[in-house]
Amino acid sequence: MSAPILETRDLHKSFGALQVAREINFSLEPGARHALIGPNGAGKTSFVNLITGVLRPSAGRVLLDGKDITRTPQAERARRGIARTYQINQLFRGLSVLENVCLAVGERTGACNNLWRPAGASGGRAVIDEALGLLEALRIEEDALKRVSELPYGRQRLVEIAIALGQKPRVLLLDEPAAGVPSAESHIILEVIEHLPRDIAVLIIEHDMDVVFRFAREITVLVAGAILTQGTPEQIAADEQVREVYLGSEAHG
Amino acid sequence: MAASEHIAATEAAAQYLLRRHRWHWAEALPWLVAIAAFFVFPGYVPLGTQILIWILFALSLDLVLGYAGIVTLGHAAFFGTGAYAAGLLAAKLGWGEPISGLVFAAFCAALVGFVSGWVLLRYHGLTLLMLTLATAIMLYELGNARADLTGGFDGLLGIAMKPLLGAFDYDLYGRTNYVYALAVLFVLFLVARRIVYSPFGQAIIGIRENVRRMSAVGSPVHRRLVTIYTVSAAMAGVAGGLYAQTNAFVTLGALSFERSATVLIILILGGTGRLYGAFIGALVFLLLEDHLAKQSPEYWEFGVGVVLVLTVLFARRGLFGLFEDAGRALARRRK
Amino acid sequence: MENVLNIAVGILLDGLAYGMVLFIISVGLSVTMGLMGFVNLAHGAFAMAGGYVTVSAMSGFGVPFLAALPIAFVVVGAASVLFERLLYARLYRAGELDQVLLTIGLVFMAIAAFTFFYGPSPRPIQVPEFLRGSVDLGFRSLAAYRLFMVVVGAAMVVVLWYGFERTSLGARIRAAVDNRRMAQSVGIDVDRLFTLTFAVGSGLAALGGGLAINIMGLTPTFAIQYLVFFLIVVAVGGAGSIKGPLVAALLLGVTDNAGKYLYPDGGAFFIYAATIALLVAKPAGLYGRE
Repeated sequence: MSAPILETRDLHKSFGALQVAREINFSLEPGARHALIGPNGAGKTSFVNLITGVLRPSAGRVLLDGKDITRTPQAERARRGIARTYQINQLFRGLSVLENVCLAVGERTGACNNLWRPAGASGGRAVIDEALGLLEALRIEEDALKRVSELPYGRQRLVEIAIALGQKPRVLLLDEPAAGVPSAESHIILEVIEHLPRDIAVLIIEHDMDVVFRFAREITVLVAGAILTQGTPEQIAADEQVREVYLGSEAHG
Repeated sequence: MAASEHIAATEAAAQYLLRRHRWHWAEALPWLVAIAAFFVFPGYVPLGTQILIWILFALSLDLVLGYAGIVTLGHAAFFGTGAYAAGLLAAKLGWGEPISGLVFAAFCAALVGFVSGWVLLRYHGLTLLMLTLATAIMLYELGNARADLTGGFDGLLGIAMKPLLGAFDYDLYGRTNYVYALAVLFVLFLVARRIVYSPFGQAIIGIRENVRRMSAVGSPVHRRLVTIYTVSAAMAGVAGGLYAQTNAFVTLGALSFERSATVLIILILGGTGRLYGAFIGALVFLLLEDHLAKQSPEYWEFGVGVVLVLTVLFARRGLFGLFEDAGRALARRRK
Repeated sequence: MENVLNIAVGILLDGLAYGMVLFIISVGLSVTMGLMGFVNLAHGAFAMAGGYVTVSAMSGFGVPFLAALPIAFVVVGAASVLFERLLYARLYRAGELDQVLLTIGLVFMAIAAFTFFYGPSPRPIQVPEFLRGSVDLGFRSLAAYRLFMVVVGAAMVVVLWYGFERTSLGARIRAAVDNRRMAQSVGIDVDRLFTLTFAVGSGLAALGGGLAINIMGLTPTFAIQYLVFFLIVVAVGGAGSIKGPLVAALLLGVTDNAGKYLYPDGGAFFIYAATIALLVAKPAGLYGRE
């Protein structure tokens, strides 16, 4: 068992009387395929916000590669390798698909620190090529120059993922990647997730149990801000508690 | 799509981004018009100089408002700082060399921009709006309080400039000043254009479009905003310095809310986020003001209000946007 | 020593009166901003309109001062509904810049229109006999008009407090300010609520404008001249509340008065410096949320 790439220790977060995270001890292995499930309001997105630095915990620590990043601001955590996608698309709607991904690549490589060279000139070519490569990997390269706001929602969802991949993350947090995508197109999203680079540790929040059981090697169940249980898909499917709280009487697996 | 078509399409996309910064032939027009006007309308040359100065001022605001999306009601703070810096340098310290005066103005304005930006740009919404407004008014009141230095409402007198580049003296027709202002505008326009097309410029646009996501992909948002704000302040400061030098006179009006509001209206009228909106807006506004405001100030002020309301509701991208729409409609007709 | 104390108390009392007027004018802006997040820079124009309605009612129709004020409230409040429905409502989902631009445009139109109809000079009014002169408070005397402003202001505070805290309408407004989406999902018609609040807020601004004529002077530039102060009251007090603007208005009134007295040339500088410092420390205002 290699050392975890991401860890939270005794993570707590409360807003007044409302506790969105209680004593969460969680770890993610390099190359993990980990799903986070739980009923609505369980605190899954809040947990992602705590990891990415959008929320500061009331207590506890977040560690990346063994280093404490609890006080590190969001942008710095992103530079150190934590990327996320949002449940509702957070895109640069007025810009083209290619520009969207170029922003992520350009910020990562430091190209965006340059005020003087045109985005196209030397240095810029590398950014554009890398971005195009990502579009090709996700098979949306034909939309490269189209404005994001003109794309159908399913394609926009792919751009959402492409931007995160442009950060070359070591940890990728996907918040309900298939949410809002018409069922006819959701298989594309699933294929993308299945073909994510092996070395990225992926944590995916999902409600769709098909996706969860197909994709995850490890599942964590979050209820009311606390971890109910963790285990392999088989263990979770067989777990009585989980069935009652979440899966209901129609269990999968 | 066949493989070869496919590769051609992605290469086309790459080439589009790579070539975007190249000069379009139509971009020569404003400069040709400016040069032509010098010869064709010699009586309008002094007004022309002021138009050029307002273009520079509006251009600086475009960087901050049009490209970075920072809503500010206090941009006159930088214009006024530059104006007084250049004015005081000449009037009180007797340093009449114009170009170094502009450099000094840019430096002072940049300093104010950097300090205020570093503090203010952590905020957004009403708070930021109030902070930019309060900063400008605070400087205005400071200028008023130290009227002994600034000349207050009566104005700063005694600004005497040495001949430009040591050789060109200032004639009664204002020709030297016009060429001076045009040259300065051209140089700073080139700088603005470079910045806007650079990767940094793209990041600034990204911050405007979705600041949340920019932060999430690792962009040092605050640092980027302070940078563009400082550059913009320096540019506005140069405009102010030119104003002081070409008018040989500065009043507190250079720091006033009226000035901040006017440059905002000019830019909106022309069109934000396109650089050339500043040119169109300043030209149209100042020519109309020159003709109409003297005849009836109330009708002019009312008209400005009406145009502003109509622009916000129906022509949000300004005159530049209307021209673009017209151009596109024509192109479609031809097909 | 006694003289200094006397002067200080004088500044304080005058400042409180001034602050009360600022509060009456600004409270509407605070609630509408908290409710819809709409930046209405034309709020000062509604106050100015109230001043001119008061002037016209008194000099044109011979209406006594105390009756002219409620007339200003009603007339401007009703007129504001037209503006809200025809213009403002289009920009509720628009960015703050658009709202700023629209309302600045309206201010320009207002200033030009009122200059055209009333001329650029200040318009004085004759307050009724019993409001002239001074009132003996025991430890010192106070100008009767100033006392009147404090009384009206205090009455407003009570009425508004009651309206907000004790009526169902007030509860609905507070709910919508707190969380608009949630309020809508429980069936509160936020749009109608906003029109009503906007009308009352503008009416109050008009009433305040009528009150202000005697101490702040009425010219067509009133809308812009005091706009910054109204904005400061709301921003520093905290949009959406009543207590915040009250505290901020009183503070501002006293500080501005003190500044004018102690540093007539540059006293205002400290107000803006203090505003910046306060907003930097508490960006949502003294009593604002988030």
